[in-house]
Amino acid sequence: MDFKHRYTLAEWIMDYAISSGADEVAVDLVRAEELDIEFCDNKIDKLEQGIQNLLYLEIYQNNRYSVHKSNLLDKHHLRNFIHGALNSTRYLEKDLFRTLPDNKLYPKQDTYDLQLYDDSFNNLKDTDKIMLASDIEKASLSLSDKIISSTSSYSEGCFHLIKMQSNGFKGEKHSTSYTIGAEVTASDKSNNLCEDSYYAHTRFFNDLPASEKVGKEAADRCLRKIGQDKIRSGIYTTVVENSEASNLLGMILSAMKGSSLFLRSSFLEGKKGKRIASEKLTILDDPYLSKGLRTNYFDSEGCATQKRMMIDKGILNEYYIDTYYAKKLKMKPTNGERTNILLNYGNSSCNELLAKTKKGIFITEFIGGNFNSTTGDFSFGIAGFLFEKGEIVKPVNEMNITGNALTLWNNLIEVGNDPFSYSSVQTPTLVFKDVFFSGD
Amino acid sequence: MKNYFDFFGITESIAEKIIAEALSRGGDYCDLFFQYRSTKNLHLEDNSVNSSFHSTDFGVGIRVINKEQTGFSFTEEITFDSMRKAARTASAIAGSAKKYKKFRFVPETETVPNYYPILKTWDSVNIKEKMPVLNNINNAVFSLDPRIIQCNISFTDTESKILILNSEGKAVTDYRPLFSLKVKVTAEEKNSRESNVATRSGRYGFEFLNKNVIRDISQEAVRKTVDLFDAVKPDGGEMQIVLAPGSSGILLHEAIGHGLEADFNRKKTSLFYNKLGEKVAEPFVSIVDDGTWKNARGSLNIDDEGNKTEKTFLVKDGILVNYLHDRISSQHYGVLPTGNGRRQSFRYTPTPRMRNTYMLSGPHTPKEIIKSVKKGIYTETFSNGQVLIGAGDFTFYVKTGYLIEDGELTKPVKDINIIGNGPEVLKDVVMVGDDLILDEGTWTCGKESQGVPVSHGLPTVKVSRITVGGI
Repeated sequence: MDFKHRYTLAEWIMDYAISSGADEVAVDLVRAEELDIEFCDNKIDKLEQGIQNLLYLEIYQNNRYSVHKSNLLDKHHLRNFIHGALNSTRYLEKDLFRTLPDNKLYPKQDTYDLQLYDDSFNNLKDTDKIMLASDIEKASLSLSDKIISSTSSYSEGCFHLIKMQSNGFKGEKHSTSYTIGAEVTASDKSNNLCEDSYYAHTRFFNDLPASEKVGKEAADRCLRKIGQDKIRSGIYTTVVENSEASNLLGMILSAMKGSSLFLRSSFLEGKKGKRIASEKLTILDDPYLSKGLRTNYFDSEGCATQKRMMIDKGILNEYYIDTYYAKKLKMKPTNGERTNILLNYGNSSCNELLAKTKKGIFITEFIGGNFNSTTGDFSFGIAGFLFEKGEIVKPVNEMNITGNALTLWNNLIEVGNDPFSYSSVQTPTLVFKDVFFSGD
Repeated sequence: MKNYFDFFGITESIAEKIIAEALSRGGDYCDLFFQYRSTKNLHLEDNSVNSSFHSTDFGVGIRVINKEQTGFSFTEEITFDSMRKAARTASAIAGSAKKYKKFRFVPETETVPNYYPILKTWDSVNIKEKMPVLNNINNAVFSLDPRIIQCNISFTDTESKILILNSEGKAVTDYRPLFSLKVKVTAEEKNSRESNVATRSGRYGFEFLNKNVIRDISQEAVRKTVDLFDAVKPDGGEMQIVLAPGSSGILLHEAIGHGLEADFNRKKTSLFYNKLGEKVAEPFVSIVDDGTWKNARGSLNIDDEGNKTEKTFLVKDGILVNYLHDRISSQHYGVLPTGNGRRQSFRYTPTPRMRNTYMLSGPHTPKEIIKSVKKGIYTETFSNGQVLIGAGDFTFYVKTGYLIEDGELTKPVKDINIIGNGPEVLKDVVMVGDDLILDEGTWTCGKESQGVPVSHGLPTVKVSRITVGGI
């Protein structure tokens, strides 16, 4: 089904649902075309390809609300589907807060190209994609004969969203994405194994890093772990690698959601305008970041997005409040979900921060663990390196860090100059003092 | 069988033509995985059942295997043209002129057992009948303790119809019910606030939700939440732990289960590679992965490659005896499939996955196990886990538990991560209780971006040393 047909179909679904008894409806029609290639042992291990078409239909009827999803998009099925959706909605209890957003919150119009769609998507040759995965594997294996396995991969996706809401919103988003990377396993003389991986994720094919760099980075990350062991429990200063630091920021971001506040399960409740982190932490939510992985003019409710300073020098400025929870909490809506997260970056590189910190544990991987959103308490498994005099001394693993998110973020002492660009949360290297590590 | 062909709107003749197309470039094997899945969710928030979600999913995955390579595509339109196009995409994995061998479908002659007998199917239950379940739990939760300030309930039921056809003539079907209930409670005392959840899940029909289940899940959610007010963070570091029976089985899932999935061993990336036949634990330790436990969340009549499931011993009397296989790995190792080939949906290829993984009961009593610990942690409920397949480092997050002091459970503990190494922890299992419980919580296993329902279980178990997160 081409774009024109899908657009007409979305209009028909909206009109049919309204004429069948819905007061208001929201329609999302999603098309996703994806390809994954996995390469191992000098040959393709898996080649997977498919196209998905999904309809999400939100029904608002007599202050009752339901959501329905289907991948069967012929009109005969859709008529029954819509009638079934309306019929099941009438049993639900009324919720006076459930309406489409005020249409004044919708974006006026797209003003400029946010660089989300790569025109070359349909012109790339399959042989080139396979070669890319092959080159990554070769680069990994070339680094050391200690490497016993490398599985490299190439993935691409082309996504199209048509979004319509019956009180006056019509929008679309066309985007592409590419991911390349490798998972590498190495063995020491005693046949102890260790593994690591490296992936790069971009909107444009030409922005992908060179295959050799990716393969070598994955292999190097793995090889440096050989000989890892746990060390004595204690309080250490920790340097957290840029690609991993988003795990720690996730504790704050998830507790900023309106649903968590309403359910009384956010440790950030009542903290707006107050200090929740050291003044080194400033967080900007930027929905207009060119080529950003969460860039968009409108959010999942169709409301216009906006650049927001979420945390300013450690002070909590905003929550993520959608229009539903805004009404329930009697607060002003912002946007219900985060987009691209940028920090106020410092001046030092990761190596400079290690040198400056002198002694501590450099965390390069989080393994499991969790945090309690209501209290902010956390405990995460980690692997990384003990460093002294700014130099790596030995690889460590099988250790936990444990504490409370507010204490941790108030102990942030340095912010690096190296945002990890292959993520929508672009954290740089971060340094925290007084973190409790448990090991031996 | 005919009902399923009719349901998906295909005939044997069309399926044969699609498989012929898929193998036209010389692949060794092809299977077609037809699936219909309906998922319904009801949500209670703020004392009101005021939102619902319904999803319908329909399509076919077409897989071609050429030696150990896989070509795969899927289509959501079950028409001849769409399926032929997907078959051509999948066929590209092979590139030889090998001749396609003709075949005819032979429906199973043996009866496929039914491990999930139910009385009332989910498609026969409307929202009106389900709503009292949520309201009754909500009322029970608030009546149990005045400190409760929020209760949030999610009720999900799913039914899947599956038809699997392959180029060896196999034609098998399965009907899979699945239900899960999650109750999240928040309580407030003075200036502190705590939340916790209780879940139930299994391949049950609506009849499962009787008064006892409603009472038990409400009580469990409240108890687990208000207990946290008195909970402390233990000292961190290496110590003895006693795992409570039931959901502690997450230790097996992470410490050994993933490492025994045969695809990792075929690729030599698991630390259990080449270890079959070796002693890995004390003789009183036996661990199985079981697809046949009646109505359990991870049970399957057939796996997603059409093979019958079974109770597979991984460790028998302390000796490592089996890997978990899908088709590719069982052929690689020259063994029979174990019924572990699973996939999230028709959009994915199957890989070896666990079902219900548990340790058999052992010779010790729970009382003597706890009594034997001078200082340690008793772990009771868990939220999640993870493992590194090669290094064997695994973690699981303890939501609630107790300190053990001089052989007695004393103060509650909360929110600690436990990290260990799979083979080392197996060796360090020094006592096994006689009280195996398979957990009925909502566990979903993630691997290669695919989630599948599983369960796990354990009797009371003592591990002599492991690293506990603490302060």
